[in-house]
Amino acid sequence: MKELALHILDISQNSITAGADRVDVTIREDSKQDRMSIEIRDNGSGIPAEMLENITDPFVTTRTTRKVGLGLNLFQAGALACDGSFDVHSKPGEGTDVKAVYRRSHIDRAPLGNMPDTIVTMLMSFGHARLVYTHELDGRRFVFDSQEITDTFDDPDALTDPEVLEWVREFVAEGLDEISRPDSGEDIIEGVKDEKITGRA
Amino acid sequence: MKKSLEELKAIRDKKKAELGLRKGKNGYKVVVGMATCGIAAGARPVMVRLMEEVNKRGLTDVTVAQTGCIGLCRLEPLVDVIDPDGGKVTYVHMTPDKMSRVIEEHVIGGTPVRDYTMNILDGQIIDPVVRED
Repeated sequence: MKELALHILDISQNSITAGADRVDVTIREDSKQDRMSIEIRDNGSGIPAEMLENITDPFVTTRTTRKVGLGLNLFQAGALACDGSFDVHSKPGEGTDVKAVYRRSHIDRAPLGNMPDTIVTMLMSFGHARLVYTHELDGRRFVFDSQEITDTFDDPDALTDPEVLEWVREFVAEGLDEISRPDSGEDIIEGVKDEKITGRA
Repeated sequence: MKKSLEELKAIRDKKKAELGLRKGKNGYKVVVGMATCGIAAGARPVMVRLMEEVNKRGLTDVTVAQTGCIGLCRLEPLVDVIDPDGGKVTYVHMTPDKMSRVIEEHVIGGTPVRDYTMNILDGQIIDPVVRED
């Protein structure tokens, strides 16, 4: 996978296969700590304990289930190659939580890539499942919640409409662009704002 | 310009006026392979182009869907086009530009694009000749 965004798209398909009706994608980037984490949490059927033990082993897992194969293995390899960590927590009947951590500046860390395209492609494959995407970058935060769209339209099928998806794509692109600019005024939380002023003085 | 909720509401009100237009699902169904193999091979840009074409051309009765791995990973990205009578054509090694051509010639024009199809001979899948446009 050339982009972390493609891993996110791939892993989220497992959640939908597991019958989840809510998927939370949370990305946290901290340039000072030089850390980046990607977490995909769902309320799907979960993974039985005996399978969880070697869930990232492509050979063991593909033989026992079709819903996980190389996807988790590749995601894990990418994190471990970047002084990071990789964890899968799951409880049958409650859901699964996949978390990859990277050293953000590591030379081998794949770029995040095109998150707006990943989000709309996820929505196209999600049916009526809810997607909550949270992205934090040095204290600035962007949140997209698909529930807001279906509520606005009062129609669970609103996200199958290509015109709505195009809107979502631009909304996500602008939101991410905004948090990528440290000097953007409106979304800066108090602590960061103070720090910036002190830094300039 | 920040995307506003007002803009979204305007889309909603317009959709309400067109109510029923998208309800008739009697048209073509386009299915994109979205397993790990498909995604790694480039299914996402194909999917996004499909969305753009459906939007741009106002194809209200086209259904877009996904499928998992069907065991032909070497031919990904794979796209199935299913016509209103249930006939299925499988396209292989898809790209966004190939997707546009399939929409234009097959989904709108009704004629499958033979350059991109998968061929089966004596039960064996014959890899398509790679054509450079």
